Amino acid sequence: MRTLRFLLEKEFKQIFRDKGLLPVIFIMPVIQLLIMPLAANFDVKNINLAVIDHDHSSYSQQLLSKIGSSGYFHITGNAASFPEAMKQIESEEADIIIEIPANFEEQLIKEGAEPIYLAADAINGTKAGLGSSYLNTILADFNSEIRMKLLPQQANTGIDIRSSDWFNPYLNYRIYMVPGILVILVTMVCGFIAALNIVKEKEVGTIEQINVTPVKKWEFIMGKMIPFWIIGMIDFTIGLLIARLVYGIIPVGNLFLLYGFLSVYLVALLGFGLLISTYSDTQLQAMFVAFFFIIIFILMSGLFISVDNMPVWGKVIARLSPVTYFIDVMRMIILKGSGFSDIKIPLLIEIAFAVILNGWAIFNYRKTA
Amino acid sequence: MPQQSSDAVTLNNITKTYGETVAVKELSFSVKRGELFGLIGPDGAGKSTIFRILTTLLLADSGVATVDGYDVVKDYREIRKRVGYMPGKFSLYQDLTIEENLEFFATLFGTTVTENYSLIKDIYEQIAPFKTRRAGKLSGGMKQKLALCCALIHRPEVLFLDEPTTGVDAVSRKEFWEMLQRLKQQGITIVVSTPYMDEADLCERIALMQSGSILSIDTPAAIKQAYPDELYAVKSGNMHQLLKELRAYGSCYAFGEYLHVSGISENALAGYVKEHTDVVIKKVAPGVEDCFIRLLLKHE
Repeated sequence: MRTLRFLLEKEFKQIFRDKGLLPVIFIMPVIQLLIMPLAANFDVKNINLAVIDHDHSSYSQQLLSKIGSSGYFHITGNAASFPEAMKQIESEEADIIIEIPANFEEQLIKEGAEPIYLAADAINGTKAGLGSSYLNTILADFNSEIRMKLLPQQANTGIDIRSSDWFNPYLNYRIYMVPGILVILVTMVCGFIAALNIVKEKEVGTIEQINVTPVKKWEFIMGKMIPFWIIGMIDFTIGLLIARLVYGIIPVGNLFLLYGFLSVYLVALLGFGLLISTYSDTQLQAMFVAFFFIIIFILMSGLFISVDNMPVWGKVIARLSPVTYFIDVMRMIILKGSGFSDIKIPLLIEIAFAVILNGWAIFNYRKTA
Repeated sequence: MPQQSSDAVTLNNITKTYGETVAVKELSFSVKRGELFGLIGPDGAGKSTIFRILTTLLLADSGVATVDGYDVVKDYREIRKRVGYMPGKFSLYQDLTIEENLEFFATLFGTTVTENYSLIKDIYEQIAPFKTRRAGKLSGGMKQKLALCCALIHRPEVLFLDEPTTGVDAVSRKEFWEMLQRLKQQGITIVVSTPYMDEADLCERIALMQSGSILSIDTPAAIKQAYPDELYAVKSGNMHQLLKELRAYGSCYAFGEYLHVSGISENALAGYVKEHTDVVIKKVAPGVEDCFIRLLLKHE
């Protein structure tokens, strides 16, 4: 026990003396948490719309002013023809073209229907997709207004769909993103420093000096794990405070449950770092190997792309990453207030990750040392 | 089970290969208790491999080795309590101070600095004025003294020093060997390796090593005595030409400002160098280096 205490003391001394590492551990996550959620905005605003109005009727004017007043579109100007509007797309002045045919109003009144043509610049897929769907909603709305005016007796027919968004009623992307980004930051800091730290002892040769002493393997490994586990806890707490103070996100669920899951997750993550360090000889190697895996973990974690939308092979990769489960559970507990029974299965999976990664790392450490 | 045998270290048919390369080949020797034993040989002779096997950092492919009566494989835990190891490369914590490093290693060995201070006192006092300085900021000689203190702090039975004087200045080297002599008087068995032949004379017994095998093992005096021929130092105005000519008749190699020649009688030698100017020929006593070169030539 005295040995372990001394190993911990030494580890903390080294961490606090490393003037390069300290800001990485404590300042970097704060700055990133302040910047990234503001930039990672999935709301699409200011879609530039090129209009080709062949009709110039009061209905077409009504439609355009309805589109303009929605707040999402910025009408860049009227084009006389489709090729002219296309030029605006090519020069990136416009994102979407809307073409209203001649005698739009006349046909609408006479036939009760008239097609409108939409063309979207799909280079930015999100903007094109969301823009078209916003436009479709506005058009559908406009359509029912006109039907109401022209055929009041039929106005109530048809299915009226109304949806409400639970747990995040205003679809505020920050509420959705901040908990996920917090997970990523804790993962990056702890994953990297754990992997690099042990390799550093290898590189400098101190691990040999330790190996000839009677220190037991478990003491050495615990001496490495505990400091980073504590750092992970502190980083997470700082992040949670920022989420509350800056973004107004107050966890709905039980904090003890959240921290309980975090403590298991950190053990799994540190096991991953330890595993990488047993396979690397230099800090540079460890850095790149850790980078490779952490990038995959982040991209496949469901933070940016929903795991449910991935192809089967993508889902398999996502399910093989401990990060995926933690992001899921973070959102469940913070936004939804899920209880223990809801996160039981992810917790068991995370425990399995912790056992397998650490077991593998310790096995490999024995073999190589 | 502590076995009080008279040997502090024994190796029996130890072989270690790294892939295709044979580092140590069927090596057997033993070191007596309280002895200052030297492993002498060039880089790549297998000296470090032997140290790593004896300090339980590396497993041999075959053979048996013991340290202080304990088997290096079975009883590695006991050995780790009883040996001090100073690797060739400085490997203490650069970001901890002298004091902290020493205290840290004392704790890992389950002891304290004060308990065994008498053993390291002479050495530690030389670096004590800098005890709050970080190890990374020390000079080469001070680093070496600190490393020796850390290896001694638990009063080991056997001390392994892997090339402790490589890269150290001449004065510090001399001091270092004096320290080793004092430690020997305290009853500690010391196994030291060095590529410098002049340090061989400071050991009680030496093993001359080359390519993982021992060429000869004895006291430095006995090894020198076993030199079979007369050895002459020869010098002339044209050393390059002289070396080329004499090589045709016997063993000849540059040694400082002279050529060391053997296998040729003095009379014959005088005849061979007739053409040269400023000739000096004198008989010299062979050193360890001469013995090593001779063994090497014979070996090949």
